[in-house]
Amino acid sequence: MTQRNTLTHLDWLEAEAIHIMREVAGQCSNPVLLFSGGKDSICMLRIAEKAFRPGKFPFPLMHIDTGHNYKEVVAFRDKRAAELGERLIVRSVEDSMQRGTVVLKHEGESRNKHQSVTLLEAIEEFGFDACIGGARRDEEKARAKERIFSFRDEFGQWDPKNQRPELWSLYNARSHKGENIRAFPISNWTEMDVWQYIEREGLELPSIYFAHTRPVVIRQGSIVPVNVPLMNGELTNLPKAGEEIVDLQVRFRTVGDISCTAPVESDADNVEKIVLETATTTITERGATRLDDQTSEASMEQRKKEGYF
Amino acid sequence: MSTQDKIEDHGLLRFLTCGSVDDGKSTLIGRLLFDTKTILADTLSAITRTSEKRGMGAVDLSLLTDGLQAEREQGITIDVAYRYFSTGTRKYIIADAPGHEQYTRNMITAASTANLAIILIDARKGVLTQTRRHSKLASLVGIPHLIVAINKMDLVDYSQETYEKIKADYLEFAAKVGIEDIRFIPLSALNGDMIVDRGDALNWYDGPTLLDMLEVAPAAHTEHDEPFRFPVQYVCRPQDSANPELHDYRGFMGRIESGSIKVGDAVTVLPSGRESTVKSVQLGGVDIGAAFTEQSITLLLADEIDTSRGDMIVKTAEAPAAVKEIRATVCWLAETPLDRARTYLIRHTTRDSKAKLTGIDHRLDVNTLENLPADKLAMNDIAEVSFKLAQPLFVDPYLENRGTGAFIIIDESSNNTVGAGMIL
Ligand SMILES: Nc1nc2c(ncn2[C@@H]2O[C@H](COP(=O)(O)OP(=O)(O)O)[C@@H](O)[C@H]2O)c(=O)[nH]1
Repeated sequence: MTQRNTLTHLDWLEAEAIHIMREVAGQCSNPVLLFSGGKDSICMLRIAEKAFRPGKFPFPLMHIDTGHNYKEVVAFRDKRAAELGERLIVRSVEDSMQRGTVVLKHEGESRNKHQSVTLLEAIEEFGFDACIGGARRDEEKARAKERIFSFRDEFGQWDPKNQRPELWSLYNARSHKGENIRAFPISNWTEMDVWQYIEREGLELPSIYFAHTRPVVIRQGSIVPVNVPLMNGELTNLPKAGEEIVDLQVRFRTVGDISCTAPVESDADNVEKIVLETATTTITERGATRLDDQTSEASMEQRKKEGYF
Repeated sequence: MSTQDKIEDHGLLRFLTCGSVDDGKSTLIGRLLFDTKTILADTLSAITRTSEKRGMGAVDLSLLTDGLQAEREQGITIDVAYRYFSTGTRKYIIADAPGHEQYTRNMITAASTANLAIILIDARKGVLTQTRRHSKLASLVGIPHLIVAINKMDLVDYSQETYEKIKADYLEFAAKVGIEDIRFIPLSALNGDMIVDRGDALNWYDGPTLLDMLEVAPAAHTEHDEPFRFPVQYVCRPQDSANPELHDYRGFMGRIESGSIKVGDAVTVLPSGRESTVKSVQLGGVDIGAAFTEQSITLLLADEIDTSRGDMIVKTAEAPAAVKEIRATVCWLAETPLDRARTYLIRHTTRDSKAKLTGIDHRLDVNTLENLPADKLAMNDIAEVSFKLAQPLFVDPYLENRGTGAFIIIDESSNNTVGAGMIL
């Protein structure tokens, strides 16, 4: 018997994700890859390159723009799509607002949840039968049971009772006209895996993922960025009366709609530091000790402060 | 230097946990996540809050996996949940399937991607019907490694005698089920004994802790050399006339289900039977020379052979059987029972074929483990059946080769996945 080859965990995750993307390409007639310029979708683009180069991607990229995205991220999105030479479709929540299909309760309401209206409109406009997304099962408890190929009805609804059993790596992407499949190639990745992959592949990221100083207020215990400039130069997230603005060194862990993404305090200004910072909150003491004893001590103290035994 | 150069990587292990309700499955999983410090600080504070609200002093670890229980109360479908932790040297994916009898299909689903199963036994109760059922299902789905975890040892005074008695009972029945690699461990999930830390109540046990067992368990599904199986998922033809190198590029994309391949190997494309040799093995358009099981790659062949999705590339010397009839163990997954008069779609690797049931040999009673005569298949039933196929499939017996032995059954009118099959 020969010594067996086994893949490292990142190679395994990458191979699984490539397999999933190719299944979408092989089974669906008109898929699209959702690309926001965020770290998860940046990983997905690298996976798509590994899956389909030297060919072109068998799907366009699409971003549903809330109009309240960090300009660094929007600029990065356009640059990355251009570098790859792939087609980027942008559909905006503001257009849906003009059409009257999205109505905000009040002007300041987060547009995040309204993205789904615009997404469904875009799915209908282009006749997409599958959307490839970057959601991960570790993001929140509710996602732990999400399928890799998730079925949506004609109204884009996810019915937990109507999900297909998923066994081995045999995926079922069949759908009737009007129905839709959401495919999640990085379902099995954790935040740590994403950062390790970014580090290994040397992937470029929008600057706001790294520690930088910006004006924020502390609102109900969360760090809230204020006076954030939009693409058109306008400022958004204005502070409320009486709030004290402080300059804080922060980085973003996710970069969604400005109104609902809070950064964390950090001095991690490169990917390696972010991996270590993520590791100290996620890896075992044993693993962490091997990585760096001091940071593990520090984070232990932090955990204790937050209610650890 | 990258952080990845500093730590060894022992790959990724997928396992499932099985147990009856209240055996301590959620507590065990919570304990693994907690003691490996995977729980992020923000999740942790959320749990602490819930525990306080419910009037519990210490953190209730089972709340970590409480998604399922909430569902149970609301009567929503209970499903397999996937959880993640890492020790820094190895990444783990836990498939957490609810244990009730009616959830046979969930356990089969969870087991289909796992390489190891932890079977939980309550030390006060010993080997139960459920224990036998879970073990039988694990063996049916071809799980090569089994850990029998005898939990709640604190409630039997950490008695070695009790542990040995349960172990002997289990071994007696396991001989009939035919699982090769079985290990035993005494635990207290509640107190954390022998999970990540040894604790000091089980000093008579000198084996490894549960986590140490997981850390060294083989991550690959099999230790045997398997033949090369490469179902074609997608064909890449850039047809870029401006670039002479890409002009004739024809890459066959897929994931290696088993075996290995390198440049120069003689291969056959099925079903055409055309032979060629491997000109290049690529990942992302870059030559990598050779590849092995579970890698997603692109193969270029020396000859121009018409090949499309659903074909399979194999080594010429070790071709699988091409069959138009199969016998298989099938687990029925759908609420609508199997209809003998209907034609279904079988999806095997990247290939589909219409299929019609030709016979049901017998059904397995998952509680008595007896084979019973049967003429129909309802949800959660497991039976040995035969199908007639419209298209040939290239198969290996499931227990020899998971990738080319497994299939799903699709109802073409609803598009639902209604059954899971393992070729005999
Ligand atoms: N004394 C003791 N109680 C335990 C142990 N493991 C779990 N329990 C308790 O048994 C009950 C059921 O556990 P739970 O993890 O919810 O079981 P599940 O239904 O299998 O997920 C809970 O009250 C646990 O606190 C153990 O090792 N010792």
